[in-house]
Amino acid sequence: MRIARPTRIVLRTLALVYLTVLLAVPIVTILWRTFEPGFGAFWESIRTPAAISAFNLSLLIVAIVVPVNVVFGVVTAIVLVRGRFPGRRLLSGIVDLPFAVSPIVVGVSLIMLWGVNGWFGGLDNVGIRVIFGLPGMVIATIFVTLPFVVREVEPVLHEIGIEQEQAAATLGASRWQTFARITLPAIRWGLTYGVVLTVARALGEFGAVIMVSSGFPGVSQTLTLLVHSRYIDDHNTHGAYAAATLLMFLALLTLLLMTVLDRKRPGQPSGATIAAATAPAEADTDAEVAGADDPAPPGPVASAVPEPELATTTRSSR
Amino acid sequence: MTAVVGQGAAGSPAAPARTPQPRSRAGWAGRVNGLTLGVVTLWLSLIVLLPLAALTVASFGDGWSGFWAAVTAPVALAALWTTVLVSAVVAVVNVVVGTLIAWVLVRDEFPGKRFVDALIDLPFALPTIVASIVLLSLYGPNSPIGVELNATRWGLMVALAFVTLPFVVRSVQPVLIEVDRDVEQAAASLGAGNWTTFRRVVLPTLAPAIISGGGLAFARAIGEYGSVVLIGGNIPRETQVASQYIQQQIEIDRPVNAAAVSVALLVISFVTLLVLRWIAARGQEREERAA
Amino acid sequence: MITVAAAHKSYGTFKALDDVSLEIPSGSLTALLGPSGSGKSTLLRAIAGLEDLDAGTVMIAGQDVTRLPPQRRGIGFVFQHYAAFKHMSVRDNVAFGLSIRKRPRAEIATRVDELLDVVGLAGFQHRYPAQLSGGQRQRMALARALAVDPQVLLLDEPFGALDAKVRDDLRRWLRRLHDEVHVTTVLVTHDQEEALDVADQIAVLNEGRIEQFGSPEELYERPANPFVMSFLGSVSRLNGEIARPHDLRLIRSRQQAEAEASSAGVRVTDATVERLVRLGFEVRVELRHTSTGEPFFAQLTRTEATALDLQVGDRVWVRPTRTLGSDQAAPVRALPTEEEFPALAV
Repeated sequence: MRIARPTRIVLRTLALVYLTVLLAVPIVTILWRTFEPGFGAFWESIRTPAAISAFNLSLLIVAIVVPVNVVFGVVTAIVLVRGRFPGRRLLSGIVDLPFAVSPIVVGVSLIMLWGVNGWFGGLDNVGIRVIFGLPGMVIATIFVTLPFVVREVEPVLHEIGIEQEQAAATLGASRWQTFARITLPAIRWGLTYGVVLTVARALGEFGAVIMVSSGFPGVSQTLTLLVHSRYIDDHNTHGAYAAATLLMFLALLTLLLMTVLDRKRPGQPSGATIAAATAPAEADTDAEVAGADDPAPPGPVASAVPEPELATTTRSSR
Repeated sequence: MTAVVGQGAAGSPAAPARTPQPRSRAGWAGRVNGLTLGVVTLWLSLIVLLPLAALTVASFGDGWSGFWAAVTAPVALAALWTTVLVSAVVAVVNVVVGTLIAWVLVRDEFPGKRFVDALIDLPFALPTIVASIVLLSLYGPNSPIGVELNATRWGLMVALAFVTLPFVVRSVQPVLIEVDRDVEQAAASLGAGNWTTFRRVVLPTLAPAIISGGGLAFARAIGEYGSVVLIGGNIPRETQVASQYIQQQIEIDRPVNAAAVSVALLVISFVTLLVLRWIAARGQEREERAA
Repeated sequence: MITVAAAHKSYGTFKALDDVSLEIPSGSLTALLGPSGSGKSTLLRAIAGLEDLDAGTVMIAGQDVTRLPPQRRGIGFVFQHYAAFKHMSVRDNVAFGLSIRKRPRAEIATRVDELLDVVGLAGFQHRYPAQLSGGQRQRMALARALAVDPQVLLLDEPFGALDAKVRDDLRRWLRRLHDEVHVTTVLVTHDQEEALDVADQIAVLNEGRIEQFGSPEELYERPANPFVMSFLGSVSRLNGEIARPHDLRLIRSRQQAEAEASSAGVRVTDATVERLVRLGFEVRVELRHTSTGEPFFAQLTRTEATALDLQVGDRVWVRPTRTLGSDQAAPVRALPTEEEFPALAV
């Protein structure tokens, strides 16, 4: 379509105006409102005991959730990619469920399961307080971040296939050695990407966490709860802006990391990609051309058809 | 002799088809032991399935009639209606504006395009409560531009449009990049005007991506809480959305009501996602038939 | 020596290995040859331990390894698609097995350099697999497999993913390497030319069974059955007898043909010349039985063809100088047709 210049400019303007009104101006406004009273005021506002405690709590939750998600996420991805068992698709569907559930519904569900009157309410009698305690917030965060690591690692596992692992086995590597020296390095960027997404969501989760937190300032407030309570309960608008700005900076940092990682993800070792691109083409003894466009191990779809299956269909078509 | 040998049994001059990799089913690939599988299943059940099961059971705590009464209570119904209505409007806005933005980002050139492109992801990265505050700072009380949208449905829409912005843009963009421009030129050469070319040639190609993006935006908007909690105002029968209603019911200790409306909300988003999947599958089928 | 005894392996209803027994002598280079789905790769992977057998045993150098994992079988395995460790340099790839075995650093370094020399990759130590060509990657994979001093070297279609030219070079190079290193080597291939070219012995597999095991000459000259015969080279059928096309003599005079035939104890076939194709120093004569109308062909040298002065439409009498057996008495299975073996019909 060759669009006349005026039309193009009109379309461009429409798009940019929409983005400006919806995204840019509000963000500029909050920055302005945050820093209008001076940087000192902002600094003070995020250095109050309640703010520091909220920051620490958010970090604590991240520190617990990330390792848990890494371990279970990688294991789940391996099971989903390598396993052949009935119900695999069902399991895969369950991994996606958290994406489809409203954060508030997550909160309510957890209350129904872990709350005093819930299925596991008995835990309260033995002194383990899940809902309105740290465990509840951790579990809520795990729920909403569960798919990230799995979904980022899965395609990489698919892509690398099993040959490298088999090769390692024939060379004497145990299963653990194979995992540590072959599988893990291969999935590391996908895993890192998943972790970044997990961290971002864990820091930013609000709906699910507010439902299961007692919300006491300085005790059980995360950064997002702090923003909310400052605005609603304390009518401390500037404080809320300041905390939100802090979270926004964290989000921008995440975005930046994601952009950087996105370039690394396609499996190549960071140095090698660049080296491959810049290395002068040496005279090759073989007629084939060396190149970075490795004829990657046949993709999951194309080559996963096992020989016997192929032969079986041949047979049955007789 | 070699010349003869080259000819296989069935007269094939070249080497036979490459033997496919024997990826064993029972062998290596299937070597995920029962214990690992068990642990994963247990984990997913504990984190995801059991809570949802507990929720569903709780929603029927007062029997089917109790469930029905909870969902059809006027305020609950109003909240659900507001949610669906506002989400639908936002989805439509996204479909139109999102496609426009995607088009501009792919087909247009202007200084700062890459910055704008990066900006699109911001709503995904921003915590929802921050989105709420960000919008309030401009459209809230004491608005610097004199537009106060808080506690109105307009406010809800702005908040939801903010958090769902990337869905359509990001699903249409890659498809638009891949679109075969020759087809457009062919249409133009046949005398089709821009609008006709867009409607008859480009739009059908983009439709699956647009629908999918719009559907995902709708599903997200249905369950949204953080971004509307401050700007929405939570006025029953007016701006209260389902998630706020649920939260309120928990606060006033009506767990059955909260659970029942939660289940209703879950059903709506599952149905949306199932319809999307169905549309995607149908589209793929049609594409395969065409190929 | 590798001994496989009564190996069975099924995938669902499909029998990948159906009672396979095989003895591969030490120090030999043996090819497992067969069409797609014949079970050749399954057999190799069973020897490696990458595939578990349903029944049967595998012995390597007198030790029963049937229940041992690949790690403990003392094998080197080379994959069709190289299975290069992409995140490791060439040096680290080759050193992998040794570092798993916790050999001293210096020893690893010496051994890696030595092997890279052998495979012609000296100077490529610090490259990554992505920076190598397919042939180089496969040689790196070979060095990696040889680094751990395997008792047997197993190659699964090692040249299958390479260009024809590289494939030929690498094949000859492998033969030379084997002559130097003398490690018992098993090579899977679907390419009869490759098998005939490099192997000391060939095991022809079809439908999960070994059809014949022997030297390339034996297999070509004395095929055990029609499958082997047709899989290793072309055949022509005349009057129920099968012969190699270059073992056919065309005679213009009926009397002479019958005289020759009766003294040799064979029958004469009455045929019409359909087409003449000159392929370098050979001439391929496409013929048709005058009575049955069935097509077949003969391969003549250029001199023979000139002497006969054949024209399309000429009537000739054909007598085999050597037959491979009788068509009717074909044991067990008939020759595969394209329908049964789509893989052959490429």
